[in-house]
Amino acid sequence: MGRVINIQPVTRIEGHARISIHLNDAGGVADTRVHVMGMRGFEKFIEGRPAEEVPKIVTRICGICPWMHHLASNKAVDGCFDAIVPPAGHKLRELVQSMAYINDKILHFFFLAAPDFVLGPDSDYSVRNVIGIAQAAPDLAKQVVQMRYRGQMMIERFAGKVIHPVAAVAGGFSKPLTEADRKDLLAECQALLEFAKYAMELAKTQIFPKYEWEVENLGALTSGFLGTVRPDGSFTLYDGKLRLMKANGTYQDFTYAEYTHYLGEHIEPWSYVKFPYAKAWQEGFSMDLKAPKGIYRANTLARINVADFFHTPLAQAELEEFRAKFGRPAQSTLLYHWARLIELLYACERSLELLEDPEITDPHVRNEVVPTAGRGVGCVEAPRGTLIHDYSTDEKGCITRANLIVGTTHNIAPMNLSAHQAADLLIKNGQINQGLLNRVEMAVRAYDP
Amino acid sequence: MPVTVAEEWLNSCSGCEIAILNIGEPLLGLLSELNFVHIPVLMDHKYYGQVGEKTHLEIPEAVVGIITGGIRNEEHLEVALEMRKKCQILIALGTCATDGGIPALINLFDNQDLLDRYYRTTETTDPANPPDQVIPPLLERCYALDEKIKVDISLPGCPPHPDHIAGAILALLKGETPELPTKSVCDTCPTRREGKGAVKKVQRFTRNAHYQIEEPVSSMRCLLEQGWLCLGPVTRAGCSGSQGQAPKCISARVPCQGCYGPVQPKGNQLLDMLNALASNDIDYSSLIDHKFVLSFSGAHCRLNKNAAARPR
Repeated sequence: MGRVINIQPVTRIEGHARISIHLNDAGGVADTRVHVMGMRGFEKFIEGRPAEEVPKIVTRICGICPWMHHLASNKAVDGCFDAIVPPAGHKLRELVQSMAYINDKILHFFFLAAPDFVLGPDSDYSVRNVIGIAQAAPDLAKQVVQMRYRGQMMIERFAGKVIHPVAAVAGGFSKPLTEADRKDLLAECQALLEFAKYAMELAKTQIFPKYEWEVENLGALTSGFLGTVRPDGSFTLYDGKLRLMKANGTYQDFTYAEYTHYLGEHIEPWSYVKFPYAKAWQEGFSMDLKAPKGIYRANTLARINVADFFHTPLAQAELEEFRAKFGRPAQSTLLYHWARLIELLYACERSLELLEDPEITDPHVRNEVVPTAGRGVGCVEAPRGTLIHDYSTDEKGCITRANLIVGTTHNIAPMNLSAHQAADLLIKNGQINQGLLNRVEMAVRAYDP
Repeated sequence: MPVTVAEEWLNSCSGCEIAILNIGEPLLGLLSELNFVHIPVLMDHKYYGQVGEKTHLEIPEAVVGIITGGIRNEEHLEVALEMRKKCQILIALGTCATDGGIPALINLFDNQDLLDRYYRTTETTDPANPPDQVIPPLLERCYALDEKIKVDISLPGCPPHPDHIAGAILALLKGETPELPTKSVCDTCPTRREGKGAVKKVQRFTRNAHYQIEEPVSSMRCLLEQGWLCLGPVTRAGCSGSQGQAPKCISARVPCQGCYGPVQPKGNQLLDMLNALASNDIDYSSLIDHKFVLSFSGAHCRLNKNAAARPR
């Protein structure tokens, strides 16, 4: 066995990971592993807590997408308590989710991923970051910081707390949207939509064309996909049915509560995180690069692959252009970035659509809930993938057991495969350099873990 | 000369890092006065050299060190010790770093309980032995930073308000000690207080609070007086920032969760809350889950697996 190359920590991602590339005696790549280095144990420590408080605890799973955990958790608690959420309650939850998506997309594309594309994968690490972008393209950086800030603050003005929110509650939402709030959010979302159009154009004309080789080759993988669609098969982030698509484009649709029949989780001895796989395909689990088994992907590219269409016009036009170029399902790993910008457009369009809905200012936003024994499975599409919160409660309405499958984890096996593929493609005769190892990280970063 | 800064996240969620970004436009001005030498969320500095050539974990020297998150595994501990060694002034940023935060709820359970549930019994898992290769072993519990290393400045909050993060950095740039809130959330809360009421029991938050939506927060009656478990009396102020806003959860018309931790460093939110309830003639035994009061401050041995089921 040859040496092991250690990339630690993986940077410009959310969380703690390490990549080890195992070389064989000839200096070729024998194996590559992405290790997730920590676990906190939310599934365990929410046991015993009053269920209606849990949506305010599980937000701390992720400080970038706390709204997603907040909402999936509330849906699960609604299920445990048999709560009926009034229409305005659902619409306010979806509105804030859509607005939170806007900020998330801007954050990932411009702050975390863009340094590789704007400054180049081989640029020195000390400048290959958002601070480097601020120096190289100050006007762009200023605009990005401003737009993201406006997106965050509009949520905070309405919902009180944007990071680790509390405003969604079992049975609905904690406060209605006033007409003054609505006008404020409308103006902000219109400005953000203009920025989203600009970002899409910028990426299509000035960024992606320069990286055709990377898009074609880096982290390349053929897999299935998981996402959520509305009953008519169109794209949704908030609510619908789950769709598990095979690489050949055939798919199975199922309800949230049926997830245990379709998905399994595999354990490897070298990573804290578990590896979800498509149990329903009955082929088992394997990360063999030549013959992977049970591997599906989630997050942006998966969502736009599984959806038949977008019901909003700008996102639909982009989807048509995307499909004409890359087919369905599109497989190239770096296309996650392209799909991310289409979702940015959708999130702006959907926020505006909800803000124009007459029911959005209905003061009846919550029904009283009664803590009781039950089970609830709540799902939303988190930026990083389908998010599943599954709780049971006792007769006092306290949690007795919980199972969570968190967005990023669906992509853990694909990230391992993509990192392995990238390392294998780039490393010959044991020769490495910083730019090369950064390209291996780029294959991971595309998944926005 | 820009001031060098190193930033690390340990047993945390990245919410504190997002709060740093939420400083907004002033951030761009601040960045020109700061020279980040290490910050994994934004920058590609590696522990073992840029191509992994070194054998020891190394973080560059910096004037200011910022750590978010508590300490839960051996890698966290190693990084925390290296940060302490290399940074002149160390800031514990966020309640996970200062008091354990939400992840310290795990201190109610044994590691074995956690590993058994996670790797052997969840509904979708193909059961197997818990992983034990390459990854850093868990410590026996979740620690606040000051249980393992010396901390110079504690800036709690889940997350800390961007005003205070920017304020602390600006103060340090001028060579001053940052001034941070020392009062309770109640002291910064504009809601209307009428004194002891008819409420004798704490209710669960199963329906919305009573308020007029077109009216400002200042016209809403205190949520504790409305009978909800609002942790404002026992929680450090700060979430309202320095512009005179209402506390954030109260703005959402939801009771305070206690996310800034105890008012006094290392204070006990549970004991203080039982006192607050008693002094309002509210029966503390109506609390469905008293440990929940310590959701954000379970380090410093406040939460442990032997915690009594009911307070005495």
